[in-house]
Amino acid sequence: MTASPDAPAILVEGVRKSFGDVHALRGIDLAVPRGTVLGVLGPNGAGKTTAVKILTTLLHPDAGRAVIEGYDVVRDADAVRRRIGLAGQSAAIQEELTGRENLRIIGRLHHLGRAVARAQADDLLARFDLEDAADRAAKTYSGGMVRRLDLAASLVGSPSVLFLDEPTTGLDPRSRLGMWAIIRELVSGGTTLLLTTQYLDEADELADEIVVIDRGQVIAAGTAAQLKDRVGGDVLEFTVPDRARIADAVAAVAPLGEAEPQTDEASGRVTVGVGARSSVSLIEAVRRLDTAGVATDGLAVRRPSLDDVFLAVTGHAAEDEASPPPGRRARGRRAPAEDEGGRR
Amino acid sequence: MSAATVAPSGRLGLMYDRARWAVLDALTITGRDLTIWRRVPAFLVFTLVQPVMFTLLFRYVFGGAIPTDTPGGYVNYLMPGVIVQTAAFGSFGTAIALSREVQKGVLDRFRSMPMARSAVLAGRLTADTARMLVTILVIVGAGYAVGFRFSYGVGPAIAMIVISLLFGLAVCCVSAYIGLAIKDEESVQAFGLIWVFPLTFVSSAFVPIQTMPGWLQAFANNQPVSIVINTVRYLAIGPTRGATSLNPHLWQSLVWIAAILAVFGVLAVRAYRRTG
Repeated sequence: MTASPDAPAILVEGVRKSFGDVHALRGIDLAVPRGTVLGVLGPNGAGKTTAVKILTTLLHPDAGRAVIEGYDVVRDADAVRRRIGLAGQSAAIQEELTGRENLRIIGRLHHLGRAVARAQADDLLARFDLEDAADRAAKTYSGGMVRRLDLAASLVGSPSVLFLDEPTTGLDPRSRLGMWAIIRELVSGGTTLLLTTQYLDEADELADEIVVIDRGQVIAAGTAAQLKDRVGGDVLEFTVPDRARIADAVAAVAPLGEAEPQTDEASGRVTVGVGARSSVSLIEAVRRLDTAGVATDGLAVRRPSLDDVFLAVTGHAAEDEASPPPGRRARGRRAPAEDEGGRR
Repeated sequence: MSAATVAPSGRLGLMYDRARWAVLDALTITGRDLTIWRRVPAFLVFTLVQPVMFTLLFRYVFGGAIPTDTPGGYVNYLMPGVIVQTAAFGSFGTAIALSREVQKGVLDRFRSMPMARSAVLAGRLTADTARMLVTILVIVGAGYAVGFRFSYGVGPAIAMIVISLLFGLAVCCVSAYIGLAIKDEESVQAFGLIWVFPLTFVSSAFVPIQTMPGWLQAFANNQPVSIVINTVRYLAIGPTRGATSLNPHLWQSLVWIAAILAVFGVLAVRAYRRTG
C-alpha cells in the first residue's frame, strides 16, 4: 500500500471527467516527483480546477486513476486527506472569526489535539506575517492577508502534498510578489506542490515543471525554459495599422525570429520569438521595418506569455472558455460545470 | 492500512474511534457556528428581535380584530403560533450559511480534510437547534410579559418546546438541502424563505382556520404546520372548545416531523457529498 520513496508524490493516469456533455478533462496524465513543484498552466475553463478537485478527493474521476503518495484518491480517500492541503480559488476563510480562530478550528478538525492546534496556529500566523492581525475578525483583512491566511489554513496538519488553485488570481502586484516569496519558502522545506495558474511568469517563477492544459488535455509539458524555447524566447510584438502591409512587415522581421512569426489578421498584430537577443532584435526590427516603409504601432519586446505558448503549441490564442456572465464571475466560486466548460 | 489487515478487535476500536471523531468534529463545527452567530448583529436581530416584534404586532395590532374563544384571550392562541413560525423561519440561517460556505470554498476545504463526513451537517444542525432553543425561550419570555401563560402544567410545556424544536430541526433539514442544492447565497436570500410564508400564515398560527375561505381551509387544516401548531397549542394551554384532545394531532405531528427529517436529511447529506 505504501509507495516506495522514489515513487511520484502525485500520479495521474488517463483521468477523465465530464459534467453532463461538458468534457472538463479528456484524459490527463501527470507525474510529480516528491519535493518538486508542478505548475498547471491554462486559461479559464481548461480543466485545472476539475483536476485539483479530483486530486483532493472532492470529485470522483469518470475514468483513469489518481494516486497521492501511493494512495488512490477514490479508494483511500481518507489516507489521501491526511496527507494533502488545499487552497482553492476563493479564500475559504470564515470572515466573522479571527485569523487565529480560523486556524485553530482547522487544526481541531485535523484531529491535532487542542495544544498542538494552538501551537500550529501561532506558528503559522508568525510565518505568514499575520501576528498583528491574528485576533481581528478576518473580514477586516486586506485581500493579500486573506490569501495568506487561506494558505496558512491549507498548511495546518503539515501536509506533504499541497494544492494551490490559482493562488495569486485577483491579487495586486505587490501581494502577488509576497505570495511568491511565501510559496518559494514553503517548497524549500520539501513539500510537493501542484499549483494552477493562468500566468506563465508565475509558473516560470515557482514551478520545476510545467504542464499546459487546454480543453481538458495536456498540450505541452516541460520546464519553463523548454516551453519558452517553443515560443522562441522573448517576443517581439507590434501592430500594423494598414492590414495590407502585414505581409511586408512579416517579411521584414522574419529573419530576426527563432520561430515563425505569428500574425493575427483581425487585429493586425504580429509576434515573433526572438530568443534572448531582445534589445538587439528591437533595434534591428525598427531598422528593417523602417527600410521596408511599414508603419507600426506599439513595437516592443516582452517576456513570453501564456498566450504566446498557446499560439505556438496550438495555433490558437488562449481563450476563456464557457465564461459565465460577468455578474456571476465577480462573486468568485462557480459551479464546476461552468468553471470547467471544456469545449467539445 | 486496509480494513482487511486490521484485527477484529482493532476494527471495533476503529469504529469507536470514528464515532468519537464524528461527535468531536460535529461539536467543533457547532462551536464555530455559534461563535459566528454571536459575532454577527444581523443574525442576533433576526433570531431574537424579529420574533419579539411579531409577538407584539399580533398581540396589540391584529389581535383585537381576531376572534378566538381561547381561555386567557388571543395571546394564548397566538404564542404557540409565533413559536412554531419562528422555529420554521430560523431555518433560513441554515440555508444562507451553507450556501455561503459552498460558494466560498469552505466546504471544499472541509471535504478535503480527514474530518468526519457527517460533521458539517450534524454540527450545523446542532448549532441551529441550540440557537432555536434560545429564540423560543426569548419568545416565551416576551409572551409572558404580554399576558401569555402556560396553563396545562410544566411537563406539557416542556413537551411543547421539544416538539417545536424537533419541528424546527426538520425544517432546518429542508433548508440545509435548499442551501446546498442552490449553492448561491443571493438566490437563497431570495428563495430560501419564501416557501415558509404560505405554510406558516395559511395555518392555524394566527387566525382560526374557520375564518378562511372554504377552499383554503382544506389546505390549512391538513398541512403539517397547522398540525404541529395545534399540538403545540394544546400542550401550552390544554383542552379548549375547539380542541378537546391531543390526538390525533400529536402523533400526526411526530409522523410529519420524522418523515421530513428522513427525506430531507438524506437529500441534504447527498447534496453535501456532491457540492464539489
